[in-house]
Amino acid sequence: MNMIEVDDLLRKFGQITAVDHISFNVNKGEIFGFLGPNGAGKTTTINILCTLLLPTSGRASVKGYDVLKQRSQVRRSIGLVFQDPTLDDYLTAEQNLHFHAYAYGVPQNVREKRIGELLGLVELWDRRKNKVRAYSGGMKRRLELARGLLHHPQVLFLDEPTLGLDPQSRRHIWDYILTLREQEELTIFMTTHYMDEAENCNRIAIIDNGQIVALDTPDKLKDSLGGDVVTLKAEDSQAAALELKERYDLSSEIQNGMVTFSVPNGGTFLPDFMRGFHSRLLSVEVRRPTLDDVFLKLTGHAIRDQEVDSREQMRRMRRWRR
Amino acid sequence: MEELFRGIWVIAYRELLRFIQERSRMISSFAMPLLFLIVFGAGFNRVIGNLTPGVDFIKFIYPGIIAMTVLMSSVFSGLSVVWDREFGFLKEVLVAPLSRSGIVLGKAIGSAVISLGQGFVMLALAPILGVTLSLILVVELIPLLIVLSLSLSGLGILVASRMRSQQGFQVVVQLIIFPLIFLSGVFFPVNNVPTWLEVVSKINPLTYGVDAIRQLFLGGDLAATSAATGNGSYLVGVTVFGHTMSILEDVIVVAVLGAVLMLAAVWSFYRQE
Repeated sequence: MNMIEVDDLLRKFGQITAVDHISFNVNKGEIFGFLGPNGAGKTTTINILCTLLLPTSGRASVKGYDVLKQRSQVRRSIGLVFQDPTLDDYLTAEQNLHFHAYAYGVPQNVREKRIGELLGLVELWDRRKNKVRAYSGGMKRRLELARGLLHHPQVLFLDEPTLGLDPQSRRHIWDYILTLREQEELTIFMTTHYMDEAENCNRIAIIDNGQIVALDTPDKLKDSLGGDVVTLKAEDSQAAALELKERYDLSSEIQNGMVTFSVPNGGTFLPDFMRGFHSRLLSVEVRRPTLDDVFLKLTGHAIRDQEVDSREQMRRMRRWRR
Repeated sequence: MEELFRGIWVIAYRELLRFIQERSRMISSFAMPLLFLIVFGAGFNRVIGNLTPGVDFIKFIYPGIIAMTVLMSSVFSGLSVVWDREFGFLKEVLVAPLSRSGIVLGKAIGSAVISLGQGFVMLALAPILGVTLSLILVVELIPLLIVLSLSLSGLGILVASRMRSQQGFQVVVQLIIFPLIFLSGVFFPVNNVPTWLEVVSKINPLTYGVDAIRQLFLGGDLAATSAATGNGSYLVGVTVFGHTMSILEDVIVVAVLGAVLMLAAVWSFYRQE
C-alpha cells in the first residue's frame, strides 16, 4: 500500500515555481528522502502534504486521504518535525506534550503512559518539568520528535530533522528515528541536504529547482555512476591487471604501482578476486561513489552553495538557541 | 463539530496556562487604565467637581475605566497569536486536527476569562473611590464584561491574523484602540459635547460598551436624582435619534460588532490556508 501518493503536483508563488509537476509514491514502512539544496522545493512539498499549503494544481494523498478534501483525516495520520522549532518555550516539556495530546484528542487512559514512554525514549524524562526555553537545540529537537509521535501517527514528516545540530546530537536523533521506525511501524518522509543523512533512507528522490531528477535507492543511485572505485596494490601489479582482464574482462589502469578500476559491486567482487589471485596483495581500497557525486552528475552543480548555506545555518542555530 | 469544541477548549486552556506563566502581561494591562484613573480622576476631580449631586468626576469615569481595562486586555490578547507565529508554535496549532473557527473562538474565550478577571481586580478600587458595590451589580457586570471582551478579542485576533511581528501588531493596535477609547465616552458624557464630537462618539461602537457598564453603576442613582432635580440624566444612556439606549440595547450593539469582528477573524485565518 502507498502511504503517500503525489501526482503531478504544482505549486507556484507568484512567478516562482517552487514545486514543478512532481509525482512519486512512498511505500508503507519506508524511509523516503527528499535530497536537494535549499530552495529546491522540499519544504513546500511537505507543507502541501501536511495540509498547511494548498497546491496550485495536481493531487496528493496521505494514507489514502486527499490533502485537499480530507484535511482532518490527513492531520490525524501524520506527525511532524519542522525545520524551525514549533514548541512553546514558556511551557515545560510535559506541558507541551499535554497540549499536543489534548489537541489530537489522545484518550486519557493512554496519554500519561505514552508521554512517559516517549520522554524516556528521547531521554528527557528527567527534564520534563523544565521550561523548554532552558533546553539546548538538540533537546528541543528530541522533544519535537517525541511530540510528533504522541498521537500514534502512521506517517512521520521530518523536515531537515538535524539542521543546525552538532554531530553528536545529529547521531542521537538518527538513533531515535531508526529505533522508532522499528517500534512504531512508521513510514517516514524526510527532507535533507546532508548526504550522510540521506544514506539512511530506503529510497531517495533527488530534487532540484522543483523537479525530481532521480528517484531510487541510495545504492542504485550510486551504482548508476558505474559502480565502486577499487584501488589495489600487489607485489606484481602487472600480473594483477592481467588477471583482471582475463578473468573478469575489466580494464584497469596502473599508476605508481597502484591498480585502479571500476566494478559494479566492489564489496562482493573483491573476496572472489582475492581467492583466485595467485600473487600477494599488499593493500586494497574500495571507495563508493558518494551521493554528492550523483547529485553533481545529475544537476551539473554541487548540492550546496557553501556561503549561502552557512549563513542560513547560523540563522537556524540562533532560532534553536533562543 | 468535535473539532470545533476541542479547538475551543484546547486553545482557551493554553491561553490561560500562558497567562499564568507570564506575569508581566497581568500588570501591563492594568497600568494604562490605572494611570488614567489617577491622572484624570485625582487631577481633575477638584476642578470639575460634581457632575450632578452625588456623582463626582471619579465616580463618573470609574465604570469607563473598568471597561477600558477589559478592552485593552482583550485587544492585546491578539498579541499571543503574533507571538506564536514568530516562535513557530502557531504551526503546531494549525497542523493539529482542530477547526479554524474553534481556534479563534478558543482564543477569544480564553482572553475573555482573563479580561473578566482583570476587570474584577479593578473593582477592588471601588471602596477607595467611595463607590458602593452590591452583589447584584457584580453579578450583572459579568455578562457585560464577557460580551465586551469577546468582541474586542475578535478585533485583536483579526489584526493579529495579518501581522508578522509583535512590534507591528502593537503599533497597529495602539493606532486603533486609543482613538476608540478616547472617543468612547470614558472621559466625558457623549450626550453633552460639541455636535461633531457627539456624532463621532456615537458612531464608535465602544461608546455603547462603556455606556452599558456606566448605566449599571450609576443608572439607579441618576434616575432618582434626575427625577428629583430634573438634571443629570444626560450622563448615562446614549441618545441616538432621540432614543435613549437601554443596557440591553447597548449590549446588542457590542455583540453585533463582536460577531462581525469574529467572523472576519475566522475568515482571515482560513485565508492563510
